[in-house]
This record gives sequence, structure tokens and C-alpha cells, in this order.
Amino acid sequence: MKFGVIVFPGTWSDRDCYHVLAKVLKQQVDYIWHKSTDLSGFDCVVLPGGFSYGDYLRCGAIARFSPVMSAVEKFAASGKLVIGICNGFQILCEAGLLPGVLTQNNHLQYRCQWTDLRVENDSLPFTSRTQQGQVLSIPISHYEGSYFADDATLRELEASKRVAFRYCTPSGEITAKANPNGSLNNIAGIVNKAGNVLGMMPHPERCCEQIMGGTDGILIFESIIGEAARVA
Amino acid sequence: MSISKEILDDVALSEDEYNLIVQQLGREPNLVEIGLFGSLWSEHCGYKHSKSLLKLLPHASPHVLVNPGEENAGAVDIGDGLCIVMKMESHNHPSAIEPYEGAATGVGGIVRDIFTMGARPIALLNSLRFGPLDEPRNRYLFGGVVSGIGGYGNCLGIPDVAGEVVFSPSYSANPLINAMCVGIVEKEKLVSSTARGTGNLLMLVGADTGRDGLHGASGLASRTFEDECELRPTVQVGNPFMEKLLMEACLELAETDYIVGLQDLGAAGLTSSAIESASKGGSGVIIDVAKVPRREEGMTPYEVMLSESQERMLAIVKRGCEDKVKAIFDKWDLRSDIIGYVTDDGIARITDGDEVVADVPITLLTTPPLYRPQGVKPAWIDELKRFDLSGIPDIGENASSVLLQLLASPNIASKEWVYRQYDHQVQINTVVAPGSDAGVLRIKDTQKAIALTADGNGRYCYLDPYIGGIIAVAEAARNLACAGATPLAITDCLNFGNPEKPEVFFQLEQCIRGMAEACHILNIPIISGNVSLYNETRGEPIYPTPIIGMLGLIDDIQHHCTIGFKREGDVVVLLGGSTAKTDGRGGSEYLDAIHGIVAGDISIDIDLERKVQLCCLDAIRQGIIASAHDCSDGGLAVTLAESCIAGGIGIRGKWEFQGKTDSELFGEQQSRIVVSAEPARVGELRNLATRHQVPLKELGTVGGNRFFIENAIDVPLDEVVSAWKNSLAQAMR
Repeated sequence: MKFGVIVFPGTWSDRDCYHVLAKVLKQQVDYIWHKSTDLSGFDCVVLPGGFSYGDYLRCGAIARFSPVMSAVEKFAASGKLVIGICNGFQILCEAGLLPGVLTQNNHLQYRCQWTDLRVENDSLPFTSRTQQGQVLSIPISHYEGSYFADDATLRELEASKRVAFRYCTPSGEITAKANPNGSLNNIAGIVNKAGNVLGMMPHPERCCEQIMGGTDGILIFESIIGEAARVA
Repeated sequence: MSISKEILDDVALSEDEYNLIVQQLGREPNLVEIGLFGSLWSEHCGYKHSKSLLKLLPHASPHVLVNPGEENAGAVDIGDGLCIVMKMESHNHPSAIEPYEGAATGVGGIVRDIFTMGARPIALLNSLRFGPLDEPRNRYLFGGVVSGIGGYGNCLGIPDVAGEVVFSPSYSANPLINAMCVGIVEKEKLVSSTARGTGNLLMLVGADTGRDGLHGASGLASRTFEDECELRPTVQVGNPFMEKLLMEACLELAETDYIVGLQDLGAAGLTSSAIESASKGGSGVIIDVAKVPRREEGMTPYEVMLSESQERMLAIVKRGCEDKVKAIFDKWDLRSDIIGYVTDDGIARITDGDEVVADVPITLLTTPPLYRPQGVKPAWIDELKRFDLSGIPDIGENASSVLLQLLASPNIASKEWVYRQYDHQVQINTVVAPGSDAGVLRIKDTQKAIALTADGNGRYCYLDPYIGGIIAVAEAARNLACAGATPLAITDCLNFGNPEKPEVFFQLEQCIRGMAEACHILNIPIISGNVSLYNETRGEPIYPTPIIGMLGLIDDIQHHCTIGFKREGDVVVLLGGSTAKTDGRGGSEYLDAIHGIVAGDISIDIDLERKVQLCCLDAIRQGIIASAHDCSDGGLAVTLAESCIAGGIGIRGKWEFQGKTDSELFGEQQSRIVVSAEPARVGELRNLATRHQVPLKELGTVGGNRFFIENAIDVPLDEVVSAWKNSLAQAMR
């Protein structure tokens, strides 16, 4: 299958995602410059982490106006897979492809650390290779990762099982202490209504090789590859 | 003379120097020319007081591709057609005035030095010194510097992989912020900063030019300062997003053959950038300041030439390629303007439209007078050396609580509060993250890895600058040996007081001599560096503090090693360390933190040091040992505790004490490494140690959930962990 990795000015996980997809998972990958509007030929589009437009104004707020984003909207509407990681999650929220917003961490500091995530819905295209309740170890690296949404949105997300991952303890309990940034309901990742757009703050591309300290990130990418194969 | 004393003060030129300029120029310089001289003759750019000493440092080695001073950073061959580019630089004074922006722009500057050479930055390190954290201002400085480093580096996507933070009253008014950047580039694609080829174009790229940072090089970096607030406007403001775009655009440009050179604008802005490039090429330059895009109205040619506005680069573009170069910068939404061209007459000619505002031979600008003051040994050195340690009461039954106190002291406690604010994983190369002896990065598409460390000990250098200089190099190399890496090269940052004072000059000279001695014996070249002098406030110089940034190579990444104990039942062994002339308490963290004393004698046997390191490297490569940890601040007990903490497992320690309990547990004898190995491998380790003529001593067994040393210490591991883990966060609450 063919992945596209979008590069905004200020994106920096583009090369990491490319490395993992091309070298570790042996998939076809192309970079997509943010001024491009043609996403034909791609099966999945990745919005990587970084500081698009310096995160000035509000993270993701300027990137959502990049030409590529209208193409991403159509791509998502056609049912193809979109994954936004970290800054990519923020951009998807700003673009209205995902509900809610990522605000400053409640402790007002940047955090780069390993976190444990509990799989909350294993029947998504992004989690099919995981088990319900499985704990994945995946690092975070952000200043603005505290998920917020109004009560109604939050209720709907929960009721429709659209929370993909929650920050948890190593044994899978959802506690305040396991929450690294103050996210509501310990939310680390969510999907859209159709289930084909995922946004997550942790960086799965950082843990796809044993030498990097863990390989749980592979499960997410392999789920995507499996889904694309199924659809094809 | 027509130039007032005030103007000379602004650019930190002495009257003698002014007279020399008049004599060499054959006329009085105008104001713009004075600005050029002041910047290029500053200590920061011209190394007036340090050049003669820096020559003592060895830089010859078969691996070295670029030597100190030749380019923006040093470069060293690591095989596979790749080379590592690295440099360290200080941003002490700006950070003392405005910690966030001072530290942030320090990172920005050092990163530009690396991508200027066509190398992609792959790692940042930093070495920080502050006054004690019970002072609110020191907490403000520390917190501001850490978020400034994070704010800038995180936005660029360069991992912060190692470093150190030290607290001492010596740095209260004058913190040290030394930032190091490491990049990688294919050997054939190294870019020079030389301006050559008559008619080639000077293209200024990136941010517009404003009045920020005027006199940074001559004013802030090259003299002592008293009134912080008054100097605040001399600190630049960083824009990391602009830097990220510049970096990507320049790396794209470096892949082409459209340019002959690339040079960043750092201290002294356009002045040093253009003139140093031309000097390297033996060329001249013409620059029209009217073509420099401004962010402010009414700037004079003087201000344009001396502005230190950040995130600017100068590309020396082959004539005819300007449109293609411009297209690359356009793609990244960066402004680029042709502001002048290269000439062949060796003159720096600055115009403002049609009017010539400066016209000076470049060799005059780049040949400042060199000073070689006479150093005088400070009286305190012999006095403190003779300090009688026998009066220090032994700790007897208090060893457990002393250990916990030391582990909680900010100099030894976990620095997680710092490095969790830095992205240390981006670029997915970080195999060993901060918190170990050295950071380890894999080199993608090879079997290799590099290890990096930044290290220094101002207290040692204060007590004995020569021995302290040796130890600084030895300890950094030991950090790398513990990771399994062969030291390849050093970048250094020499932080000292006012070199015009004979006692400070003595410290500078002796430290450099000590470093040179260690470099020769350990066979490690110094490939780049920076000198930060005038680090004093109200007449008090800081501890002489050379910081060593060191690069090591691991040929096979499978053979890297970490500090944590690995398995129940492994045998803990001490390599090295029995021939020391001193008992190790002199200058120790223990003496300072527990007894409030900075005194005593320090010593090192550099030949033994070399053997210990080689022995450790062999043991790692042969797979004999499971962990290795440098024994340094806090001595043996703290080293063992750190290996327990990192491994999440206890120790049952038992060995015969030679001297006093405190010396045995907390003394800082050099040339020691704590390793652990399966019992079945200990015989091999002994043989290896014998072959390397390295003393070896068994210290006990890994296991259990207590930190236990017979007849001395017995504490649950949980308590050890919490003393060490939380204290910095608590101090900053």
C-alpha cells in the first residue's frame, strides 16, 4: 500500500514516519508538500508531528489553511485512512476533521516521556492488530496535548466508542497520575464518526524498532496496512 | 582623536588599540569602521587573549577533516563516507540578562554553525551552571534557561541527548549556558564558509535586520557587566520556526552546486559573517547596506552592519545561479536578497547606495593585536591544597543518611525535571537517552553508533587548574568508555573570568595545559570550540570552568553499554583507582555538600586512566560486562546507587575499606569505573584487567531491594530512588 506523509513548514516527524514506513515496514511512501492538492494514489495519509508554522497563533491553526488540507478533507470523506500524530492531531482538530481541541499541558511544561496507553476500541482500522484493553507503551513529546471538548461532544465520543487510546498505568488502570497532560478522561487519541480518521498525541513512529526501546508503535501501522489490504 | 572614549567603550576597544588602528590604516577610521574593528577585534571574534594558548591544544588526527577556526565547526570522519560536525558555544551573558531568549538564541546560534556546513543537526547537548536554588533569582534563571533551550530545540526537531547541570554559589550572578550541536553529513557534501570567486554574489537570507543585539560580540561577550537591566536590549529574540525553515532550505541548497560558500550570521552579524568568509578566501567584499531588508525604519549603516538579528544566513552564490538559489528559499517562504559581491582586492567596502561608508583592508580587521599577559598563581591554590582534611569528622554510623543527602543534592539528583522538557527522541536515533554517562545515537543505515557527552568540573579547576584540566578531559572520555565508545574528538567551551587579571590568566593557561596533556595521552584531538571570558560580576570571577564536549564512536551498536545493573546475582566490580596520591575527599561533592568546604588536593594518574578506559572498552566489546558506570561526583557509594536506580535492583556490597569510611564511600578518586558481570565471566574480566595492568576489586553482588554495604549503609531501594528522583522538581516547585 502507499502512504503519503504531509510536510508543512515546521513539521519534523515527517522523516521519522518515512523511515518507519519505508525501512521498517517496507511500504511505499512519498512526502506530500503542503501546497500540493493531489492525493490520488495514496491509501493512507499521515499528518506528522512538529511545529507547523511554529505553532504560532494556536497550534494547527495556520496549517489547516494550507492547500493540502482541503484535499485531506476530500480524502477522508472518501473513506480513506488519515492518521494525525501530535501536531497532526492538533491540525485535524483545527480543521474540524476531529472534534475538540488540544490545549496546554496542565502543568505548563513540555513533556517528552514514555506513556502507557490502553486500547479502548480494538475494532478500528488503526487498532485491529491490538486487543481491547491491551496496554501499549508509546512516547509523547508535546507542550499542548491536553485534550478538551465540551460535555456533549465528550459524551458522544464515549458513547460511540470513538476514544481509541487512554493514558493509563502500566497495568492498564486509568488514573489521574497516569495522565501526563491533563487530558479529559485521559484521552490520548480519538477517531472521527466514520472511524477512518485517527488523531493521537503519542508518537507511534518512535517505537517501531527494538533498539528504540520498544515496538508497540508497529501494531498501529500494521493495523493500517491490514485494513488497506482488506479494503483492496 | 575624533572618536570619543564613549564610542570606544561601546565597542570595547582600548585607546591603545584605537591608536594601532589609526597607525595601520594611515588615517582616522570613521564610525562604521570603528564598529567593524570593535566587533572583529573583540575577544569573542578575535580571541585576543586566548589565541596564543589555544595553540597548545592538539588537533592533529587522521580522522579530523576540519580543524578549529577553519570553518564554523569541526568535522571528523566516522567511516562509511560519513562525517560528524560539532561545536559548542556559550551564551552566558545573554542568559544572565534574559534567560529564556538568551538560552534559546544560544541554541539557535550553535545549530546554524552546524547546518552552515551542510550537515543535518542530529543532537543537542548542554552544560549548565547556576547559583544555588534556594535563591529565587537562580530558580528564575534555571527555569527560564531550561524552557528557552526546550522552546527553541523542540521546535527545530533536534533531540537533546545529554548534558549536565551544576549548582554552585560561584555561578550565582553569572550562570553558564554552553550549548553543543552535532550534525551529520556525507563527507563529499561538506560545505565551506569561504567567500571566493570574484563576482560571486552575497545573498542574505532569512529574517529581516533590526536593531536587536547591537554590540553583542563586543559588549556582552567580551567584557564583564554590572547592570543587567541596562543591557537587556542587547539580547536577541529568537524565532525557531524561521530557523527550522532556514535549516531545511540550506540543507536543500547544500545538495546543489549553486553556491561556493555558506555562512551564518552570529556574533557581530553581517560584519563577522561577510568579512570572515572573505578572509578565508583571501578575497574582498562589497556590501551595499541599502539592499539589506530591515524590520525597523531609520537604521544607520553602522547598525545594519552590527545587528545581531537572529535566523539569518549569508550564501555566497555562483554568479548565474542566483535565480535557482532564490527559488529554493522561495519554496520555504524565506526572503533572500543580493546585498553585494565578492571582489579580488582584499578590501571590505561597505556602501549605502552610492556612498562608501567603510573601506578597510580585511587583513587589518582579522588580525587583532594578541595579548599574552603574565599569569600569576593565585595565593589560594597552595593554601587550599594544604587544607588539613584530618579534621573532618568521619561519618561513622551516619553513612546511610549522608548517602541520601548526597543523592538529593541538586548536583547529583536526577535531572529528569530538566530533560523531560526537551524532546530527546525525535529523529528516532536515540538509543541511550539523557540520564546515563553519555547519550548514544545510532547512525541509520550503518552498524555504527556515536556516543556524546558534555562534562566539566569547575571546583576541581579552582583548586588546581592544571590537574582540573586533565580531569575534565579524562572524565568525559571515561563517560564515553562506559558507553562502549572510543573517543574521537572534542569540542570545548572555556568559561573563565577576566583574562586581563593575572590570576585568571594563570587559570586559563594552566587549564589549557592540563587539557592538552590529557588530549595527548588519550589521543583525542580538539576540533572546535569557543572561549567565554569576562565571566565575573562585581569583581568576582567564576570558577575556571572548561567544558568538554566529546564524541565517541561505537563500531557495532550491539556493543553499547548502559549504567544500570541488569541481573540478580551479577558480580559488582571496581576497575581502576588504587594508585591515587590523595584520599579523594579533596574538592569532592561530599566535602562541599555535607561539610560546606571547597578545599583539598586533587590528583589523577592519566596513564592509569587510559588503561582503565581501554580495559572497560574491551570488556564491553567482548560482552563480558553487563553495565558500566563512571565513578565521579559523590564517589563510589553514589555511583553504585545510580547503577541500582537505573537497573531497578539493589546491591549487597561487601569489601574491605582501606581508609576512612567517608573517603571510601564518597571520595572522588579518579580513573574508576563500576561494572557488573555474570559470576561466570568474572574470571575473564580479571584476566583482561591483568592484561591492561588495571587494578580490580570485587564490591559485592547485584540483587534484592535494599542498598546495602556491609558495616556502612543499609537503606531500602525505594528510599534511595525517591531521594534521588524528586529533589530537583521539589526545589523548583
